[in-house]
Parts: sequence; structure tokens; C-alpha cells
Amino acid sequence: MKAEYNLKPDLFSTASREDRNAEKMHRPSIRYWPDVWRRLKMNKLAMTGLVIICLFSIMAFVGTKINGFKYFEQDYSLINIHPDKVHWFGTDELGRDMFTRVWFGTRYSLFIGVTAALIDFVLGVLYGGIAGITTRRIDAIMMRVAEVIYSIPYLLIVILISVVFTSAGQGSSLFVMIFAMTLTSWVPMAILVRGQVLQLKESEYSLAAESLGATRGWILLKHIIPNTLGPILVNLTLQIPGAIFAEANLSFLGLGIQAPKSSLGALANEGLAGLAVGNAYQLFIPAIFISLIMFAFNVLGDGLRDALDPRLRK
Amino acid sequence: MENVLEVKELKISFQTFFGEVEAVRGISFNVGKKETVAIVGESGCGKSVTANGVMQLLPMPPAFFKGGEIIFNGENLLKKTEKEMQAIRGNKISMVFQDPMTSLNPTMKIGKQIVEGLVKHHKMSGDAARKKAIEMLELVSVPQPEKRVNQYPHEFSGGMRQRVMIALAMVCNPQLLIADEPTTALDVTVQAQILELMKKLQEQLGMSIIIITHDLGIVADVSDRVVVMYAGQIVETGLTSEIFASTKHPYTKKLLASVPRLDMSRDEPLYSIDGTPPDLYIPPKGCSFYDRCSEAMKVCKEHVPELSEHSATHLSRCWMNHPMAKNAYSKDGGGK
Amino acid sequence: MKKYLLKRIGMAIVTIWAVITITFFLMHSIPGNPFRTESKMPKTVYENLQKKYGLDKPLSQQYFIYLGKIVKGDFGDSMKSKVETVNDMIKRGFPVSATIGFQALLIAICFGPALGAVAALNQNKWPDYFSMILAIIGISVPSFIMGTIFIQFLARNIKWLPIGGWGEFRHTILPSVALSLMSMAQIARLMRSSMLEVLGQDYIKTAASKGITKATVVLKHAVRNAILPVVSVLGFIVSNLLVGSFIIERIFGIPGLGLFFVMSINNRDYPLIMGTTIFYSIILVIMLLLVDCAYMFIDPRIKLTKEGR
Repeated sequence: MKAEYNLKPDLFSTASREDRNAEKMHRPSIRYWPDVWRRLKMNKLAMTGLVIICLFSIMAFVGTKINGFKYFEQDYSLINIHPDKVHWFGTDELGRDMFTRVWFGTRYSLFIGVTAALIDFVLGVLYGGIAGITTRRIDAIMMRVAEVIYSIPYLLIVILISVVFTSAGQGSSLFVMIFAMTLTSWVPMAILVRGQVLQLKESEYSLAAESLGATRGWILLKHIIPNTLGPILVNLTLQIPGAIFAEANLSFLGLGIQAPKSSLGALANEGLAGLAVGNAYQLFIPAIFISLIMFAFNVLGDGLRDALDPRLRK
Repeated sequence: MENVLEVKELKISFQTFFGEVEAVRGISFNVGKKETVAIVGESGCGKSVTANGVMQLLPMPPAFFKGGEIIFNGENLLKKTEKEMQAIRGNKISMVFQDPMTSLNPTMKIGKQIVEGLVKHHKMSGDAARKKAIEMLELVSVPQPEKRVNQYPHEFSGGMRQRVMIALAMVCNPQLLIADEPTTALDVTVQAQILELMKKLQEQLGMSIIIITHDLGIVADVSDRVVVMYAGQIVETGLTSEIFASTKHPYTKKLLASVPRLDMSRDEPLYSIDGTPPDLYIPPKGCSFYDRCSEAMKVCKEHVPELSEHSATHLSRCWMNHPMAKNAYSKDGGGK
Repeated sequence: MKKYLLKRIGMAIVTIWAVITITFFLMHSIPGNPFRTESKMPKTVYENLQKKYGLDKPLSQQYFIYLGKIVKGDFGDSMKSKVETVNDMIKRGFPVSATIGFQALLIAICFGPALGAVAALNQNKWPDYFSMILAIIGISVPSFIMGTIFIQFLARNIKWLPIGGWGEFRHTILPSVALSLMSMAQIARLMRSSMLEVLGQDYIKTAASKGITKATVVLKHAVRNAILPVVSVLGFIVSNLLVGSFIIERIFGIPGLGLFFVMSINNRDYPLIMGTTIFYSIILVIMLLLVDCAYMFIDPRIKLTKEGR
């Protein structure tokens, strides 16, 4: 390649040391969690989910107070009114304002979903963490027990327990429901946590850090936890729609929280009757709410998972 | 000697989130019949991209051919359709990859994987293909081929798997074999066996080999000619003997110096080249080795060095070898 | 492998036993007596009924009697139905549920992987976005809503599709589809991420370097490996289908086991509740075992090594 260079002899003198920079770094280094947040922000779908969740959470508290009606106020002169200017979501068959009832139900659904997921999280982390750190033998036993517990059909147990407590007059208790739901669902989280702990216990950078003189505690804090946190966070976020789904199904079957403090599932159940007589909104509004909430958490969980995956770095 | 492959001013870039990365910035080299050419360089210099580029196995959304030609048997591969390339891959040009542990389909029997290309390119029937698979396993010295042919990859060791890979690549008797760091993931003893195998097959089947490596020991052992790459460009190329005996480029010199030798004293620190290769988002204006070169001159920063010819086969790209540099040196009385 | 198989069967038996035991003690922990709903009953009748159902014996004895009966396959008499035993009701309801469940499973495992694979192969282009939006909707909209939508918008408008009930093949269409949607969506999503991971593997490159067509690479190399995680969650999928069937049967008025189960809950018919629960569990555990075996056959790496999980 003969280029047209204007070559002067003095160009051929040695270049100075300062001018050459062998260790030049050309791109700014990025820190972990801010990077995760940045990537999450880029995911429009996940952001939509986040917005929906925030919106619904706020409205769950505020929405019941907005239009002045109480969720248990019955008014027989106003039954089955389709959505209009006064009753934005209409009224149900006992004349109660749907708008208020729906947001009240949202409160329950969100609370149950998040609480059940958090309990699963705590139980899972404890059980899985212990299993991961302890001796192989104890670990094996713990895992066997967990597997048997998990093989018991989830919804079956939930329904059974709800039945039992409903007969005892306690069925509508929030805590019974959550108790029933978390009985077996903590197992996947425990397995996940255990896997992470085991992996990181043996992993190469744990070894590297130890060889550099770090103590075990330091390793746990600075290396193991940040890396374990990712998949656990994702799992947590994705447990929530599962719990909400379970609750909705239960309520729809007639167990769980019933009128007038109906959760969204129970509202849908009540609305079912309205379907045949042309009051479809009574079913569809709570149904849409349930779907939106589940959609939002699913999409957020997905986005989190993608944002945490180092291979998807663009 | 007739050339099987002629690469001319090849340019390959990647379109990324942060901009265009020029991975290969205008390289030219040839591979002759029955010749073994080694492409050497450190990680990220563009040698793998070149190899994959010849086969057009690069993921084409981020990657794109910015310019140049790849002439194989007289035809420009860059002008071929995907279907035409499929007829060439595995058939006329084959590739052996670096990591034998992950390069084989874990759920497919070995025999089937070996003859897959054969069945497609030469329309062989089931029985004949199976026989051929056993033949190939024998050829690459896998013991008990009749039994092995029905086994799965996880039943083979790393070295064995690489032999299977070679069998797979050779089954259609290609003219050119591209081996991308074929021994990097293997033990040293196994390395030697694999290289010997490749040489033997080359002798028997008369093919050309391009071997990509960062190990100069391998280069000395098996190659006829060497191409030294740095930051997407060729900085020196020549016969193996020329490169080792009369190295002309500072980078090549440092590469050779950093190979630990048996006759070094125990107290001597291992030599390594300071720093890291340049970021190819912003390709350097002048010589890409400028920042790490101990012989650097002012002109090196300003302009990309011209090619200097040391013999019919030996070329280098360094301002030190330019006629004007020799004058400067004689004037200064030799500077360091 | 045999050792693992035996271990799995052993665990399955333990699980079934656990379910039986839990169910039994749960049912019997309900305060009051099951005949409470009947209006005033003379004392002797009450005592006779108690004797008939063995409720006068101590609890632990009742437990072992019940266990013994189950092992023989006898789920006992229903407390509400004078005509049928629990076994009869199960025999009546199970085939119905099985039909819907099986059809739903078929739909899910045929269309799910296809949808997921198409999405993965066209990553970030419109087929991907379209499929994945569908999938997300599928997992977010509970089956009872889907079922109701189907009834409202399809069954009411298309004469040929019945709103509910049972009898001919066309009665099974809407329920099966409604039941399958969530599972199909889950499979599609899993398949997509599995495919994406597989497509990035080295052996796909090796396959391509042999010069075989893209279709062959996708089908013989990518899909074959990508489907493995899907098979491993099939057990979970079946379990979901099973439970989802309760809801679907209720909405479409299908006389399957699920409907009996829900009815028995509302009627407080304890033997029926227990019987159906245990029966369901047995079915589920068997299915899980079968899926595990299927996985072992499909993944050659598992066949010969000791580990399976």
C-alpha cells in the first residue's frame, strides 16, 4: 500500500515516553447495580410493568377514598348500574360502588401476593442457605424433605386448608390464606438459594478472593451476596403473580376472602352471575385488574432477569 | 505454487451499541496448496474473526464485511449466496474449533455427527455413511471405532473429542482446513498428538491448513509460513524460518521474547509486553502498536506504516524498516 | 439408572402416603360433626350413622382402617349420595376430566414449543415480540377469565360451539383450549429462552460449519437440545393443568372430577373430598414419575450417569 505521506526526516526521531500510554483505558468502567438499573430502564415493557405496579399500589390506598362511597355501602335503589359519571365502574347487585370495591380488592390481592412471596423468600433463604452451608449429609436430608413437601400438589393443599378453616369459621382470615399458600411454595426458592450458595462456595472468584487474604465473612458479604441476589430477586418478583393467581383461583372457587371485603378473585366470582344478565362489567373489571397486576409483575420479573444476565450486555 | 486461498484487503467490522468496531482492518495473505499457514496474535487481534469470516460463520447482524475479497479456487467467496456457501462448508473448506468440550452436540451420536456433512454433500446412504464414520474414527486413531461410533460426546475425553472434531472436518476431504486454536483447551501431551494427527492427515489427503494460535511453539512445530496479526492488521508475515531467525517487527520480537525458555535462569523475571491492545472503537491513526513499542518514533503515531519487503516471502509493517528510518538511526548514532 | 428409578418410586409412595395422612387428619380436625347440616336428628339415628362411617372409633384406628381401605382401592362411601360410593363418582368423573386434561396437554406441547422456537429464531423482530406478548398475556390472564371470555365472545356467537355441558367432541373444544393457554404460554416462554441459549452454543457453530441447511441445524441440533428443559418442567405443567381443570369444569359446567371436588367442598362431603384429593394426588405423582422417566430417556447424558437431578 503506497500512501502519499509527507515524510520528513525528523519524524523518524524517537517518540517520548510520556506520549505513549500503554495502559490506556478507552471506555468508562461501569458499576454493577447502576448498570442493572440502566438496562432495566431500557426495557420499555418492564418499565410499563413497574409503572402499573406503582400506580396500582398508590390507588389501592387512595382509590377507596376518592369518590366517597364505602365498599360496604349497599343501596338497593342503585343496583346493577352500568358505569356512569357517578359510579365510574358501576355498581353491583347490592348497590355497592364497584370503583371503591375494586380498589379495596386490589389492596388485598397485592398484599397477599407480596406477603406470600416475601414469606416464601424468607423461608427459602433460611432453609436453602442452611442447606448450602451445612455438611453434605444434612444437606441431602434437607433436600429430600423439601422434595417430598413440594410434591404435594400445591393448590390441593391450599384448597384443603381453606376448606378446613372455612368450616371452623376462620376461612376468611387473611392469615389462613397466606399460611396455606406458603406451605409448599417456598421450596423452589430454597432450592435456588442452596444452589447459589453451593456454587459460590466453590466458585473461582471466592477462591481468588481468599487467596488474596480475604476472610470468609468478607467473601460472603462482598462477593457471594451480590451475585446471589440477582436470581433471587427475579424469583421473588415472579413468585408474586403466582401467589396472586392462587388467591384469585381460591376466591373464585368460593374460598378465601369473601364479601363485602372481597378480593379481586371474589369480585370476579360475584360478577360471574352478572354475566348472564348483561352486567358483564361486573366480571370483566375485576378480571382485567387481576390480569393487569399479574402482567405487570411478570413483565417486571422478566425485565429484571434480562437486566441481570451479563451475557445480554449490549 | 498455486494458491488455494487468497485474502485481499479484507475488512470486517461489528456494529455494536457503542458504535462500529473494526475487528479486521485490511489484511492480505495467501495459502498455497498443501501449505500450513499459522496466524498468530494475542486475544482480540482479529484472527478468529478472520477464520470465521472466511467460512462466513460470523453472525451477520452485528458483523459485516466492510471491504476486500476472499478468493477460493479462483472465486470470490464474498459474492456467493448462502446456499453456495453451504455447499462449500464442510465440503471444500472445513473448520476445527477451539473447545472440544462444547463443540459437539450432546444429544446426538458421534457417528451421526461425523457423517452429517457427508450425507448432505455426497448423498451417501445410511449404511455406507456408518461405515465411513468408523473409517474416519480409525483414521484419527480412536480405539474401538465400531463401539465408539454409537456413543455420545460425554463418553469421550477432551482429546478424543477433538479427534472426533477433526474426523468430522475431514470426512468430505476438504481442500482447506481452518483450525482455530485446536489445542488450546487440551493438555500438552494431547496437544502434541493432535498436531501430529493433523500433519499426518495433511500428508495423506493433500490439504492446506490454516492454524490459528497464540502459541509460538506450535507455530515453530507445524507451520510453513506465519502471519502475525495485531489489532486487526498484519504486522509481519513470512516463512517460519524467516520469522524466527530474522524477526523484523518489534511486536513479533517481543512475542518471541516472552516465550519462557528452558535455558533461562530461575531468577530471571518472565518477560511480558506492557499494556493492552488498543480499543478498536477508535482505531489508532498511526501504527496500532505505538503505545507499547519501545522503538516508537514520532512518525509511528501519525501514519500507518508502509509495507517493507525483506524477501519475496517476508514482509513487515514497521517504520523502523523504512529507508528513512535507517538514515535517522545512522545520524543519531543508534537511539533507544 | 435403576437405583435412581427405585429411589423415585420410593419417594412417590412416601408422597402419596403423606398426602393421605395430611388429608385425613385435616378433615377430621374440622370441629363439629359432618351431619350437622342435617336438620334435627334423633340420637339413635346419629349414633347409627356414626357407626356406619366408623366415626365412633378412636382417631388413630380410623386412620389405619382408612389407610387399609385405600391400599385396596376403596375410597369409601359418600356421605351425601345414598346411591354412589366415592369410587363410583371417581369412575364417573375421571374420564371426563382426563379427556379435557389430555387434550389441553396435547395443545400445549404441540404449540408451545413451536411458538417459543419461532420467537427465538426471530429474536427482536416482530414474530418474537408478537409471540412473547401473546405468551405474557397467556400467563397473566387466569384461566377462569379466559374461559369466561371464550363463553361470552365465542360460544354465544358461534352456534356450533356450545356454551357448556358435555356430550360430543365439540363440547370439549373450548374448555380444552381455555385450559391449555396458560401452560402453552409457559412452555413457549421457556422454549424461547432455552432456544436462545442453545443457539449461542459452540456445537451449533460446528453444525453450521458442516454446510448443512439452516433448517437442519435448527431442527436436529437446536430444537433437540432446547426441548430438554421443557420436558423437565412437564411435571409442573401437568400439575397446573390438573388444578386449572377445577375452574374450567366449573365455568363450562362439565361433569368431571373437578366439579365433584368443588361440590364436595361446598357440601362438606368429607369422604368425597378426601377421596378426590387423594386420587388427584396419586394421578399427579404418577405423572411426575412418568415425566421424570421420559426425561431420563431423552437426555443421553442422564442415562448412564448416577445423577439425575
